[in-house]
Amino acid sequence: MASTEHIAIRSDRDVLLARQRGRALGEQAGFVATDLTLIATAISELARNIVLYAREGEMELQLVADDHRRGLVIVARDHGPGIADLERAMEDGYSTSGGLGLGLPGVKRLMDSFDIVSHPGQGTRVHISKWRRS
Amino acid sequence: MDVPVLKQGQYLIATVQSALTDADLAQLRRSLVEQVGRFRSRGVIVDVTAVDVLDSFACRILRDIAHMAGFRGAETVIVGIHPDLAFTMVQLGLSLEGVATALDLEEGLAYLDQHTRRPGRRALHSGATLPESKTRGVH
Repeated sequence: MASTEHIAIRSDRDVLLARQRGRALGEQAGFVATDLTLIATAISELARNIVLYAREGEMELQLVADDHRRGLVIVARDHGPGIADLERAMEDGYSTSGGLGLGLPGVKRLMDSFDIVSHPGQGTRVHISKWRRS
Repeated sequence: MDVPVLKQGQYLIATVQSALTDADLAQLRRSLVEQVGRFRSRGVIVDVTAVDVLDSFACRILRDIAHMAGFRGAETVIVGIHPDLAFTMVQLGLSLEGVATALDLEEGLAYLDQHTRRPGRRALHSGATLPESKTRGVH
């Protein structure tokens, strides 16, 4: 059961599309309504970061399963400017765009796992996952 | 996609649909703030009952609407934040920073009725109370 979707992220319309696809996949995996909202919101935040900071990138949504559980893995990838100070970006209240500064730490709280790799000048890759509560 | 805005008496009621892009939300902000002036509205209700995601951007737009309408003399109340949205917003660390909220449209209307009354001003402009207060002043 490996269902993967790739969504190109270039505009606010793609942000909307990505979160709708994420919700649909989550429904398919049997997530409860609250988790679907958490998933769609996390996707929305990551996709918007791509549009805002890197202008374009890609999101990968994948349904995963092992013997015991089902889940959704989401990867957001771009070749934008990257994040110079990751540690600071993960602190609440920090944002280079002068926005809310709640993006990444907030997304981390919504999900079960959160992993970020970023190299200045090369881009950013955020890997998050959510497992179905059984 | 345009957000339908209903004018009901002195209030504007905007019903936000689930699938709005950032540009749609920014358009709603522009349009509501403009309509407050055009219709001389005293209250704005933004109904988010049908909204599936209130992320940081949507939240900022809601705050903007309330603050901008406030600068124009209108009170704003956000209604219809369902439990999943409330939970997600708390997890994400989002805040509406003092913007009024109410459970649903009915409560929102009740809130506006309470908060947009201007008795002092109404009394001053009312033909019945003005002479009376003048008389009282003479005595």
